[in-house]
Amino acid sequence: MKPSGITTWVRLILALCGALLIVVLFVPMWRIDLDAPQYPEGLRLLIHPHKIAGDVDIINGLNHYIGMKTMHTADFFEFTILPYIISIFALLFFVVAVINKRKIMNILLFVFIAFGVVAMIDFWKWEYDYGHNLDPNAAIIVPGMAYQPPLIGFKQLLNFGAYSIPDIGGWIFMSVGMLLLLCVIFEFRKQRSL
Amino acid sequence: MKKSQIKILSMATLIAISGMYACKPKNAGNAAAGDATKAYIAPGKYDEFYNFVSGGFSGQMSVYGLPSGRLFRVIPVFSVDPEKGYGYSEETKPMLNTSHGFVPWDDLHHVQLSKTAGEIDGKWVFGNANNTPRVARIDLTTFRTQEIIELPNSGGNHSSPFITENTEYVVAGTRFSVPPDDANGDVPINTYKQNFKGTLSFISVAKEDGKMDLAFQIQCPGVNFDLSRAGKGVSHGWFFFSCYNTEQASTLLEVNASQRDKDFIMAVNWKKAEEYLKAGKGKKQSVKYAHNVYSDATHSATSQIKTEVTVLDSKELQDICYFIPCPKSPHGCDVDPTGQYIVGSGKLAALIPVFSYDKILKAIADKAYDGEFEGIPVIKYEAALYGEVKKPGLGPLHTEFDGKGNAYTSFFVSSEVVKWNIKDLKVLDRAATFYSVGHLCIPGGDSKTPNAKYLIAYNKITKDRYLPTGPELSQSAQLYDISGDKMQMILDFPTIGEPHYAQACAADIIKPKSLKIFKIAENNHAFVAKGEKETKVVREGNKVHVYMTAIRSHITPDNIEGVKMGDEVYFHVTNLEQDWDVPHGFAVKGANNAELLIMPGETQTLKWTPDRVGIMPMYCTDFCSALHQEMQGYVRVSPAGSSVPISFSTGKTETPPATK
Repeated sequence: MKPSGITTWVRLILALCGALLIVVLFVPMWRIDLDAPQYPEGLRLLIHPHKIAGDVDIINGLNHYIGMKTMHTADFFEFTILPYIISIFALLFFVVAVINKRKIMNILLFVFIAFGVVAMIDFWKWEYDYGHNLDPNAAIIVPGMAYQPPLIGFKQLLNFGAYSIPDIGGWIFMSVGMLLLLCVIFEFRKQRSL
Repeated sequence: MKKSQIKILSMATLIAISGMYACKPKNAGNAAAGDATKAYIAPGKYDEFYNFVSGGFSGQMSVYGLPSGRLFRVIPVFSVDPEKGYGYSEETKPMLNTSHGFVPWDDLHHVQLSKTAGEIDGKWVFGNANNTPRVARIDLTTFRTQEIIELPNSGGNHSSPFITENTEYVVAGTRFSVPPDDANGDVPINTYKQNFKGTLSFISVAKEDGKMDLAFQIQCPGVNFDLSRAGKGVSHGWFFFSCYNTEQASTLLEVNASQRDKDFIMAVNWKKAEEYLKAGKGKKQSVKYAHNVYSDATHSATSQIKTEVTVLDSKELQDICYFIPCPKSPHGCDVDPTGQYIVGSGKLAALIPVFSYDKILKAIADKAYDGEFEGIPVIKYEAALYGEVKKPGLGPLHTEFDGKGNAYTSFFVSSEVVKWNIKDLKVLDRAATFYSVGHLCIPGGDSKTPNAKYLIAYNKITKDRYLPTGPELSQSAQLYDISGDKMQMILDFPTIGEPHYAQACAADIIKPKSLKIFKIAENNHAFVAKGEKETKVVREGNKVHVYMTAIRSHITPDNIEGVKMGDEVYFHVTNLEQDWDVPHGFAVKGANNAELLIMPGETQTLKWTPDRVGIMPMYCTDFCSALHQEMQGYVRVSPAGSSVPISFSTGKTETPPATK
C-alpha cells in the first residue's frame, strides 16, 4: 500500500502558504492605475479583500462626466464574504499540513483554482457592469464607447490610460496557488516513482 | 583761413566730438553680460529656491522661483485682493481691521522667513506695514496671511519684521516718532523734541502655532528708526536698529535730517529688557490695537481690539539701549553670519563702517562714551569700530553675506553691488545694477549659513530695460551668479509693486509641507454644507443665508427664488472637491465687492445686496473642468413685500405654477 502522507518540507510549505494568505487580508489585492494629462501624479484604485481604497472619491468625481455609477464599498457584497473565504483557505492550508493527507491537498488545489477563476469572472462582470451601464443623460457620450477597464493589462479610455494589475495581495494569492500546484506535482511524481 | 586749415580744424572738431561720445558712460544696452542658460529651468522642472519678495506699495508679497525668476503667486497681506476675495469675503474682512477701522491697503517693505537656531525653518514668513503700523504672519503650508497684529505708540512701522535667531521675537520700530497714544497728541508739530517719542515693539512668536503677542515695547527718544537686525551666535540677545533724523526735525527732513555728520545705530539688549519686564519694571499703558487671526478650522478670521501694552523706558532703565555713531543717515545695519560684525550703511556716505560686537561690549564695560543723547549713552565711534571699507561707492544701503567671509553691499546712488571682504575690508568686485538698487537678497543671506549661489538686486528704475508701458514702469530684480569670484548677471525680471527687501530659501525646506486640500470633514465653518444634501436657503429677517456647494460642474442650489429687495444675501459657498488644484470661483451679477475663490474643502462667504428686481445670474469663475461654462445658476429677485416664498433647487425641471 502506497503511503497517503506528504513529505515534511512540503507540509512546511503548505503551512507557509496558510500564513501568506493571512497577510493577504491586510494588503490590497488588485489595483487599477489611471493616468491622464491632468493627473501627472496618477490616480489609483485599490481593491482590498474588504474594501475599495485609493483615490475613490476623485475617480467617482471624474466618472460623472461619462455617466458611470459611483463606486462605494457597500455596493459590493463580495467585500463582506471575501475576508472569510481567504481566512478559510488559510485555515485549510494549515489543516492539510497538519492532517497530512495527500488527497485532501489535491482537493484543496482544485478548490483554490476554482475560486480564483470564479473571482476573476466576478471581477470582469463588475467591470463590464460599470463600463457599460452608463447614465444616458451623461455630459460626455461617445457613440459606441464603453469604459470597461481591462481585466489585466492596459487600455486607453478617452483621456485616461488604465492599467489593471494585481497588487501585493494578488501576487501573494497567485504565488500561493503556484506553490500548491508545485507541491501537488512533486507529491504526484514521488508517488509514481515508488 | 586756407581750405586745408579748415579741413584740419573740422577733422579735429570731429575727433573731439566723437571722443566725447566714446567717453559717455556705458548704458544698460552694452553692460549686460553673463550666461543666461544658468537661469534657465526647463519646462517641467522645479526651481531650486523659493523667493519671497515684498510688494512695497502694493501691500502684497510675491513668490518667485529662483533661478528662473518665474512668478508663482502673489499673496495678499495688507491690501485687499478682489481676485482671491481677500478683504472682500466675510471671512477675510476682519484680517484688515485696525484701531482705525477697516484699512484696505498698506505698504509692505520687508520680509523675514522664520528661523530656528539661526537657520531658515520654512514655517512662516513675516511682513511689515509701513503706513498703519502692523506685522503680518503668513503660513507657508497655505501661503496665506494667517495673522496680523497692529502696533500702538507707532507712526509707521519700517524697521520690521526682523526676527531673532529662534524667532523668539519679531520686532517693529516706528519710522515716524509721534506722541505716545495715551498722551494728548494735540500739540504743535514743532514740539517734536519735547513731545515725540520713538517706540520699539517686541512681538513674541509661539513656537508651535506661530501665534503673535505684543510682549513689550521700549520707549526711546524721538528719532526715525529705519532698519534693524537681530544679533546671532555670539551676539544673540541683542538687536541693532539704524536711526536717522537725530536732528529731531519735524519738517523738510531731506535737509534738516541730513545735518549731522553721524546719526546712530542703536544697540538694544533685549535679554536685559526681558529681565526688567520680569522684575515688573514695565509700565502698563492704555492703548488700542487690533489683533486679527485667521483659522483654517473655521475658515474665518476674528479681530480683537486689545487695550493694554507694557512699556519699558529706555531712559529710566539702564543698560538696555546704547547709541553707536554711524555716518550719514544709516539705512542697513546688517549682522554677519557669525554675529560678530555689524555693518552700517549710511545712505549719504562714501564709506562703510563695520562695528565689532566684542568692541561694543568692551566699550560699554569701559564706559567709553561720548556723552549722552536724550539720556542714552553714546558709545565712542572708534571704540565700537572694527574698521571702515574705504571708497566702496556712493550711498550704501544694505548688506547681505555669503558665509565665506564676504559681504555684498548695494549702492543706491552709484547703482552697483560691491563685494568686499569682512576681515580685511578690501573691495573684491563690483557689478553694475540697472538702476538705483535698494535691497539685496542671497538665499539665507541673513542666516548663519547662507546658500550663496545667487544674489538678487532689487531695482527701482527700468526705463531703458523693459518695453515701455506708459509713464508707470515695472521695477526689476536682477539675478547674479555669485558662485565664482566675479559677479555675473544672468537674469533680469520684472516685479510686483515696489520690491524692497526679499528673502529666499531652498525649495526643499518648504515644498514638502505645502498643503494640497482642506479636509472637508474637518471644516468647522458655521455655514458649511458638507454635501449637497446639506444645502439650503434660510431666511432670518432680511438676511438670507444660502448654504451652497460647488463641485465639478454645478453649484447647489442653482435656482434660488424668494429673495426680495431690501434683503442681504450671504452666499456661503463650500467647495466639495477633495482633489488638489481644483478651486471653484463664485460671482453674482451686480455684487459690489468681489468674487470668491474657494479651495477644495473650504467655505467662503460673499455678501450680496440685490439692487433691482429681476433674474440675476451667478456662476463659477475658475475654469474648473470641461463643463465649467455650464456651472451657473440664477437668483430671482422679487419686489419688497412680494409673497414669493424661499425656494431652491438644482436639477429640478418641472414647470412651477405661474406666479405674479
